Amino acid sequence: MRIVVAMSGGVDSSVAAALLAEQGHDVIGVSMQLYDNSEATGSGQRAFGTCCTIDDLYDARRVAATIGIPHYIVNFESQFGEHVISNFVREYVHGRTPIPCSHCNSDLKFAELLDRATAYDAEQLATGHYARIERDAAGRYHLHRGADNSKDQTYFLFSLTQEQLSRAAFPVGHLGKQAVRAHAERLKLHVTQKPDSQEICFVPDGNYAAFVERKAPDAARPGTVINNDGRVLGTHAGVHRFTIGQRKGLGLSSSEPLYVLEIKPDSAQVVVGSRDDLGRTSLTASAVNWVSGDAPADWLHVAAQIRHRHAAAPAKVRRTDERRAELEFDTPQTAITPGQAVVFYEGDEVLGGGWID
Amino acid sequence: MLRSVFHPMRVYLDHNATTPLDPLVADRMAQAMRDVWGNASSIHHFGQQAKAALDQARGAVGALIGADASEIVFTAGGTESDNLAIRGAAEALEPSGRKHLVASAIEHEAVLNTLKALARRGWRVTLIPVDASGVVSIDRAREAITADTALVSVMHANNEIGTIQPIAEIAAVAHERGALFHTDAVQSAGKIPLDVGALGVDMLTIAGHKFYGPKGTGALWMKRGVRLVSPVTGGKQERSRRAGTENVPALVGLGVAAEVARQKMAGEASRLAALRDRLEAGVLAKVSNTERNGAASPRVPNTTNISIDRVEAESLLIGLDLAGIAVSSGSACSSGTLEPSHVLKAMGLPHARTLGSIRFSLGAANTEADIDRVLEALPPIVEKLRSLTTVGGRK
Repeated sequence: MRIVVAMSGGVDSSVAAALLAEQGHDVIGVSMQLYDNSEATGSGQRAFGTCCTIDDLYDARRVAATIGIPHYIVNFESQFGEHVISNFVREYVHGRTPIPCSHCNSDLKFAELLDRATAYDAEQLATGHYARIERDAAGRYHLHRGADNSKDQTYFLFSLTQEQLSRAAFPVGHLGKQAVRAHAERLKLHVTQKPDSQEICFVPDGNYAAFVERKAPDAARPGTVINNDGRVLGTHAGVHRFTIGQRKGLGLSSSEPLYVLEIKPDSAQVVVGSRDDLGRTSLTASAVNWVSGDAPADWLHVAAQIRHRHAAAPAKVRRTDERRAELEFDTPQTAITPGQAVVFYEGDEVLGGGWID
Repeated sequence: MLRSVFHPMRVYLDHNATTPLDPLVADRMAQAMRDVWGNASSIHHFGQQAKAALDQARGAVGALIGADASEIVFTAGGTESDNLAIRGAAEALEPSGRKHLVASAIEHEAVLNTLKALARRGWRVTLIPVDASGVVSIDRAREAITADTALVSVMHANNEIGTIQPIAEIAAVAHERGALFHTDAVQSAGKIPLDVGALGVDMLTIAGHKFYGPKGTGALWMKRGVRLVSPVTGGKQERSRRAGTENVPALVGLGVAAEVARQKMAGEASRLAALRDRLEAGVLAKVSNTERNGAASPRVPNTTNISIDRVEAESLLIGLDLAGIAVSSGSACSSGTLEPSHVLKAMGLPHARTLGSIRFSLGAANTEADIDRVLEALPPIVEKLRSLTTVGGRK
């Protein structure tokens, strides 16, 4: 089978490509050039060691040469800017906390890149995600957490449709990280010990606020920090600098620790309060995707995950309209954050998900 | 090694990027690598042997361009020759008070970026525009070149579209105004007859790997009497114009390549022109919404540049490579970016047309069967890319 593998230069996608080639598939390695590296930091210096830098493209190329597969770099800078970066900036400006990786998966990898794969007569697009796809007797595709739950990446893949899943492959999804590294060593890939990428690739220094301000200078609109009673406790330099549950960097002195409870972009107000006030039991979500293609008819009991590093908690969810849903947790959850995804699981299976309003 | 699982037989149509070594060149280089290892500056037997090999190569390169061997400076390639000519002349002419440099808008990056570097150091730079056919206008050259101009650099044949520039006419204008004239002939040397006297230039750049010689070899021809201040300082090699121990085996290869090119030129030029015309006519006929970029003539015989509407060049290059066909978009140096070609931009082509431009550049090994294979493979790939819902086929 001819398969395009999205190669980031990291160990997971490198091993994914190598395993497929080893199985005898006609593998085409493709790396996406997503942004101009020299613009990645405000200083104009090139960042090292993070996702999709020139070094990563070099790593991908070297791995492809080791495996003996063709490798191409496709330039998706304009699409990435349009779908991912501008959305990222807009969300922060609106006081929300976005997840660019999810948009990159659904709007670039399993859209633009999948289309390219089609044009090149490839039947599948493989990535190095820790996730598993199963096809049932009825021909329907199911998305499951990666076998190594500590590495599971299905939280970032909730928006995949049946059509996308029918063309997707996750060759390392059934493996643990140690096993992946062992394969890399066995296959003599030079990226065996390469650390996992941590930060958002286009903000290598991790300073999201500075990035947002560079892209949207108007974002730095000063406002006030208030408490639940509306009392002004201090000032701030822009709502994009905050996320729900944030404790550090509030610039307040207080006898008890204060956390961001709510962000009001229209009035440029940041509401803070005690940790107890952070708990919420309900949320609504937009742009909801039901992986099976069918929304449940009534309330459905699920385990809902509201952050990448959140233990999915019991909840019930129901569809409210075509692309929306409401969800109620059995017990209050800390820091339900607008802009993050809520993903619905049944056991290891992803039933769907959406963006928290 | 890269497994050729997809296509064991490949068609190479990217000779303006580089060419394979001529087998005779490879043999003579291998021999020289083993046997001619002396330092050409040494007085003893080993040095003399190396010097003799260099002299022979110098004679062959001179013969290719109608020049005297003593006027040939060996370098490590076209880019270095361009740098030597432009930086060297600029520094030599600085005391004259002339602080102006002129080039065409469609020069190779080796020239354009060298001029940019000099502009940062206070030189005034003017780029002569080209017309829609990709030819430098003499009238615009006349406007650009002034009594303040120190050096004019206009390429002989363009690397992306192959058009041949009116060098003799522009050189005459430069000389009227007292300026030196350099031409980058990297894409014409070995492909069409070159005669430095007839061109009327003062300096001319060539690169070995564009005519079946080795990479890392080049030459700058300097008319006797032209003075340069070499940007590389060191020993007295190449009459103090290019310091550093000569890469004798590579330059032997350059010499052999020049000799082979000179002998085969007439036959190859007409053979390649016929193949190129067949390819060009075939693509324009078989793929809808395609246009040739640049004048049909005068043009080097191996090159055609075609814009394919509603297709991004990058995705088409990959599709063709997977079908075993190697071509390029614009120049090899600009691949990896989606910046539209500065050449096509200078010709005033609409942005959309610059994004889907493909360069086919033919060479020694190409046959009619190769052309037929391209004409068979290309249309379905274009159709697939055009049918995409997203940008690979550009909306």
